[in-house]
Amino acid sequence: MDKAKSLVDKKGASGPFHVNNVQSPRGLNGLVVVAANGSCSTSNAFGLSTGPSSSTFEMHHLQRGEEKDCNGSPAKRSRLRRRTESVKRNRPPFPWFGMDIGGTLVKLVYFEPVDITAEEEQEEVENLKSIRRYLTSNVAYGKTGVRDVHLELRNLTMCGRTGNLHFIRFPTQAMPRFIQMGRDKNFSSLHTTLCATGGGAYKFENDFRAMADLELLKLDELDCLIRGLLFIDRVGFNGHPECYYFQNPSDPHSCVKKPCNLGNHFPMLLVNIGSGVSILAVYSENNYKRVTGTSLGGGTFLGLCCLLTGCETFEEALEMASKGDSTNVDKLVKDIYGGDYERFGLQGSAVASSFGHMMCKEKRDSISKEDLARATLITITNNIGSIARMCAVNEKIERVVFVGNFLRINTVSTKLLAYAMDFWSKGQLRALFLEHEGYFGAVGALMELLKTSEDL
Amino acid sequence: MAECGRVDSNTSSHTMDKSITLPPDEIFRNMENAKRFAIDIGGSLTKLAYYSTVQHKVAKVRSFDHSTKEAAGDKLYEISVQEEVTARLHFIKFENAYIETCLDFIKDHLVNTETKVIKATGGGAHKFKELIERKLGLKVDKEDEMTCLIKGCNFVLKNIPHEAFVYAKHADSEFRFQTTNPDIFPYLLVNIGSGVSIVKVESEDKFERIGGSSIGGGTFWGLGALLTKTKRFDELLQLASKGQHSSVDMLVKDIYGGSYACLGLTGDLIASSFGKSATADKEFSNEDMAKSLLHMISNDIGQLACLYAKLHNLSRVYFGGFFIRGHPVTMHTITYSINFFTKGEVQALFLRHEGYLGAIGAFLKGAEEDNPNQYSWGENYAGSSGLMSVSPDMNPMQRARSGTFDMLEMDRLDRQLVNLPLLQDPSSYIPDTVDLTEDAQAREYWLSCFEEALDGVVKRAVASQPDIPEAAERAEKFRQKYLHKLQTLRHQPFAYGSLTVRSLLDTREHCLNEFNFPDPYSKIKERENDIALKYYEKAVKSLEELSWEDRQFALVRGVLAGNVFDWGAKAVSEVLESNPEFGFEEAKRRLEDRPWLVDSFDQWLERLKGPPHRCALFFVDNSGVDIILGVMPFVRELLSRGTEVVLASNSGPALNDVTNSELQILTERIAAMDPVIDSALREDRLTLVQDGSSSPCLDLSRLDKVLAMLVRERQTDLVIIEGMGRAIHTNYYAMLSCESLKMAVIKNSWLADRLGGKLFSVVFKYEVPAGKPH
Repeated sequence: MDKAKSLVDKKGASGPFHVNNVQSPRGLNGLVVVAANGSCSTSNAFGLSTGPSSSTFEMHHLQRGEEKDCNGSPAKRSRLRRRTESVKRNRPPFPWFGMDIGGTLVKLVYFEPVDITAEEEQEEVENLKSIRRYLTSNVAYGKTGVRDVHLELRNLTMCGRTGNLHFIRFPTQAMPRFIQMGRDKNFSSLHTTLCATGGGAYKFENDFRAMADLELLKLDELDCLIRGLLFIDRVGFNGHPECYYFQNPSDPHSCVKKPCNLGNHFPMLLVNIGSGVSILAVYSENNYKRVTGTSLGGGTFLGLCCLLTGCETFEEALEMASKGDSTNVDKLVKDIYGGDYERFGLQGSAVASSFGHMMCKEKRDSISKEDLARATLITITNNIGSIARMCAVNEKIERVVFVGNFLRINTVSTKLLAYAMDFWSKGQLRALFLEHEGYFGAVGALMELLKTSEDL
Repeated sequence: MAECGRVDSNTSSHTMDKSITLPPDEIFRNMENAKRFAIDIGGSLTKLAYYSTVQHKVAKVRSFDHSTKEAAGDKLYEISVQEEVTARLHFIKFENAYIETCLDFIKDHLVNTETKVIKATGGGAHKFKELIERKLGLKVDKEDEMTCLIKGCNFVLKNIPHEAFVYAKHADSEFRFQTTNPDIFPYLLVNIGSGVSIVKVESEDKFERIGGSSIGGGTFWGLGALLTKTKRFDELLQLASKGQHSSVDMLVKDIYGGSYACLGLTGDLIASSFGKSATADKEFSNEDMAKSLLHMISNDIGQLACLYAKLHNLSRVYFGGFFIRGHPVTMHTITYSINFFTKGEVQALFLRHEGYLGAIGAFLKGAEEDNPNQYSWGENYAGSSGLMSVSPDMNPMQRARSGTFDMLEMDRLDRQLVNLPLLQDPSSYIPDTVDLTEDAQAREYWLSCFEEALDGVVKRAVASQPDIPEAAERAEKFRQKYLHKLQTLRHQPFAYGSLTVRSLLDTREHCLNEFNFPDPYSKIKERENDIALKYYEKAVKSLEELSWEDRQFALVRGVLAGNVFDWGAKAVSEVLESNPEFGFEEAKRRLEDRPWLVDSFDQWLERLKGPPHRCALFFVDNSGVDIILGVMPFVRELLSRGTEVVLASNSGPALNDVTNSELQILTERIAAMDPVIDSALREDRLTLVQDGSSSPCLDLSRLDKVLAMLVRERQTDLVIIEGMGRAIHTNYYAMLSCESLKMAVIKNSWLADRLGGKLFSVVFKYEVPAGKPH
């Protein structure tokens, strides 16, 4: 746990990413909220707190009793009026959420309006206000919820409103507690539509209904993924491009990350690496097909790492992998042929057999956890690269876009994918990456919410 | 990636086991004459190949000279048993632990060799190079592994019928063998060693590694050993076969609560391999982890294979390598994966002799000057162990401790074998009528039937060599061997490809030859030929007295009655044994009256009223009455109509079937009595050819090349197949591109019952291919 924190901290310090004490344009608003809501201070991040405050979502100031006072009250009336006005303006009522419930992680995007008028502020029900305050004033929620502050999109205009888009994730395992919170805080009284995608939208649909009286608008995850991705690419990343690639991918010394614009250059092969992997051929925003998928994905990397090294988190696994040497674990072509296998044009440094050295007991006994973590990462990454490349060739597509949370803080994999695409295709294929890696499904779900209202 | 180096064997393989004593009768046979060696040393198994010559006895028949005819008494022709030298390829597979013992054995038994070099391949070749050179005094010459593999693969696909099979775990028969397609190229070979190599093979000499993966057998073994602390590959597979992957893998239903219907992904599909071990805070059983790992690797390889097959537009994909080798577990998961990813468009094919490909290829590389590819080869059922003889699932303890030697022997055939050019579709032709691997009831009957008949065969074998005292001992060895084969087949019907009546008969012939009983029926055949010849003129005369229409019927009846004289048929051999007076007229009386069980005689008669055929190819059956009083008059009539006739008989002896050399003599004798036959012979309108076979059955996809040429030259437009073995057990459903006539008497009550007839029911099947009316 501590390691995870330090890693993120390090990450935050090392680049343009800031996790703690963010100075955002939302400025005052954020500070006020922090002040008003001391119990959810940043010290609670990464689950350092125990006891009753250890659940993912804690909103201490919200009282269940509030609900009773609302019946027939001025608050309810104003809520109704607000809703009517929103609809008039072809705009759904706040709060605006998009949710993507995956196999391992739940991704939540939240639009925080910053153009709230005084009148609106006054009319805003306490429930809604507290949600906004809670989400925007914290970077961690309970033990496992995290807001990726460095990804926040500021001063974004959506549906005529200006605001900040927040990116939050927490483990799917915490879903029951999340739903329970929705019930406790009487989320259903807000009359918002909860747009959800990912498998969990289906799996937890009944729980949302039964436990929290919430009706989910279930959306197809691939539709959402593409829509969200194209949207974020269009609006950019706070004035910078969302997309990047690696220049000189085949040379570790001069390989550098370069921003670029994805644009509407169809077709593209979209490789979404979550717990598992889906590969899509995308011909336009509304025309795509799922080419194939593989079960060897991020879940496999983490699952195997947990079993092999005893680690517990993705961050921990990546940290170990960054220090390891996979050639102690993998059998290379040169381990077998003493050099290149010229008959087939295979370089001596190519992996001939992943974990091949581990067939031998002496080597098993002398291996380090870091080496094992590294080998696992390399194995999974190479395999995804290989399948993606074959699909690109079969589908005759030259641009391969890699997304998904497996790539989060994972430069080993992104660089390896860039290299693999370039090397095996002799420069024909280009690997592209996006800064908001795993959040496009959730963004797509949010857009569906806004679109639904426009259709009214 | 490259299969290469296979594996670092486990430590036990390094310790040489010298304690075992090798049974020389059983393995390393014919080592005395061995020349040309090749060795393929893998991670745990060594495959040795050598070429040797086998001296065995063959029966020869020879006409007596006119001058010495008096001295020969009343003998029709001279039968002699001669020594003949034939070429045979031996392949032996054993655990690396025995390599030193084996090399010592080879050294001690190798006498007549001029060989200086041993071809070597496989990852272990370099490790044992010094040992081999020191022990055998041969220079180790290393050959590229993949080249050997492909060469070996081409060789078995071309030469061994039923080499490839589809594996279906839950079907009635797990193994579905593929018919030999004469055109084996192009295909994809996915070799799963420690890594995976995907090779596209376009012709004998042209192949290309189009891809591969580092996730292969080594990954299963290495990761499996780390996860489960289980050291041996076989044990890991056993663990996997007992596990439940769903406790470790994240399935679609774990994410969706059910299926992801709009993408057609079922709930049980694996969404993320090992996905649960990332989140669930619990211990996983070794079995479950091994199973999950097996699925992960099999699915991954299957997916890549499909992507490459699609990209290169190939539908035949063979899987090999130590990951696959005889393991039902991996064959099942790979098959499952291929079916899933291609939706049935591509079938995963496996090879019976997959483990030998490298050794075969290395051998062929060394034997290039002998042009082994210009010959046809045949699997010797007597000397080969059969599929899965050392399968861990069949015999886990045996495999674990080993001492098991698996063998493959292939005979170089005298004649080059090709397709009958008149097959309608060579690629879909299946000689055998019933596949006993799929028909349990029929299998049980025939296995018992052959077991019961064994006493008689042994007796006959001993009787055929009255002057040789040790014949009884050899006959007993033959009995043991064949009995053992039958027992093996009872438990593993798939051991030699599809089990058929033909394969049971052929195995018996191979075993008889093995123990130097080349022709147990030679004397019976001679006697019967002699008797029948005496009636020939009378038979022809009585036929000539009939009206044309009556004669046509009498000729057909003659062929059928003649076909009753069959020592291969249980019911008949009992009659012939007990009643030596049983004659042609007696046989005619036993025949079923018309309408026969299958009766297209009327159509045949109509056809005969039309123009004569250009040329008829006649596959004959038994000696004696059958050929002389049944077939010859029928042939005579065809010749008289102006039809040329090609008489095809066996190259080597099988039961009481007439052989080509016997038929040469008989035809001469008949020609001396019959001017019609005589002039036809002289004018080349009647030609005798050998069919290239020594089987009581008939495989139209493996026939003598000369026969095939002749058939084409003569523009053959009628094929006649006679006898139960050739027209019912085989070829009953064979579709020919010209007119065909299949004639047989059912001399087995069980078979008659099955076909809805009774003993001595008649099959007379005249067929005209669609679109060729007459």
